[in-house]
Amino acid sequence: MIRYLVVLVIGLALGAAAASTLLFYNPLAAQNPLSPLSVSDKEIISLTYSTVASDAIVYTNDGVSRSHPHPVKVQQLWEAPIRRTDVLVTVLADSRSNPAGIGIKFMSDSERTRVINGDALIDSAWHIYLPKRGSLFVEQTENYWNFLRQIVVPAFWSAGESWKGTWHGNTTVGPGSLGTARVSGGTGALAGLESEGVEAISARAYSVEQGPVSMEGSLTIEVVGRNDPQETEVAAE
Amino acid sequence: MFKTLIIGFLLGIVGTIAAAYYMPVVDQYREPSVISVTPNGGNVETFHVNVPMDRIMTGVPNQSDPLPPGLDWPVDEIFAGVRAELFKIRNSRDLVIGVASRVAAESAEFGDSIEWVLHLPARGSFYVSLSPQSLDGISRVGQMSIGTREFQSLHGSVSERWVENADDEDEDAPAGQIEIVTMFVGEFSDDDAASDLSGENVGGES
Repeated sequence: MIRYLVVLVIGLALGAAAASTLLFYNPLAAQNPLSPLSVSDKEIISLTYSTVASDAIVYTNDGVSRSHPHPVKVQQLWEAPIRRTDVLVTVLADSRSNPAGIGIKFMSDSERTRVINGDALIDSAWHIYLPKRGSLFVEQTENYWNFLRQIVVPAFWSAGESWKGTWHGNTTVGPGSLGTARVSGGTGALAGLESEGVEAISARAYSVEQGPVSMEGSLTIEVVGRNDPQETEVAAE
Repeated sequence: MFKTLIIGFLLGIVGTIAAAYYMPVVDQYREPSVISVTPNGGNVETFHVNVPMDRIMTGVPNQSDPLPPGLDWPVDEIFAGVRAELFKIRNSRDLVIGVASRVAAESAEFGDSIEWVLHLPARGSFYVSLSPQSLDGISRVGQMSIGTREFQSLHGSVSERWVENADDEDEDAPAGQIEIVTMFVGEFSDDDAASDLSGENVGGES
């Protein structure tokens, strides 16, 4: 009887391992399609930033995650409702690498995350202020499944507990129907803007101990569909 | 024996896939919302920031005592008129429920601006633009025009007010609070009207 039980447990473990492997290598899960904005002929705002915590003005999280808060004495987000949230404050650079503004990114683990679909989702929101243009609010759902599968897991498996290479991928998967972020203008020349955007990551090095070591994020925002509040008021009259 | 191994193997596959399908990977902790309904149908919710304990960052150029210690705020000329702050946000029960950013900017070209983004992980985020001129020296009002998830179909007014602590006896009490009061209403869509007229929303029938 005990022999049968042992064999059953071995079978269960083998089946669980086979299913986990299938889910991990699922070819139908999260592909990395071309950004719909890459073929846009509209005006584009391109903003880049370093995703490395120590390069940020401020980076904070629950304090026990892989990326350490920066500066060291920054308040950590340890309270239960914000424990699964990271906040990044960074300088955003334009396409010529000149400082263009300040970006504040809120990132929270999404309850819609489903491993079976290849979804490792983050609900994120950007509060962006560009002194020469105005402010933007960017709402997006990001999927880090490819990033986890192709960078984080290989880093765990490597002898040096790190990953080096060249990886580029779009993280934005919604809420736009084409997998784009929803961009809204707040103040200044961007007031009334209703548009789309895409965020992408270019990674070169990742460490199990520190998280991203050399990684750059980029935001591509299409400038189209601007609702002029003054025109709206006139129309209402 | 081999049949037992195969049965175990199949059960392992089914169990793992079922677990991956049904078990939530992320379950954000949510405090019950403290919302009151006003006579005109709007929902009022009050948030606050205890100052200085809930202030995470104050980003202004040339600070002698930066917050957090070690903060390296950019010194480029374009950031001269920008003040960015980061806070933890509390509900009316004084429980932390989210984080928020406040950006105040002076611009000769576009005029001054004050804006907030409140991010409540279990509920969503919303963007608020306030009038830079205060009504009575302590409070400002503005509009919430953009929201996500729970706040996506809402819009309405928001006020910001500084409330100084009057209790001098409690040494641990905050110096004061930034009080944010939101009054939101939902948008009435054609879909709602159509479903009401067809009786879909009557008596729970569908």
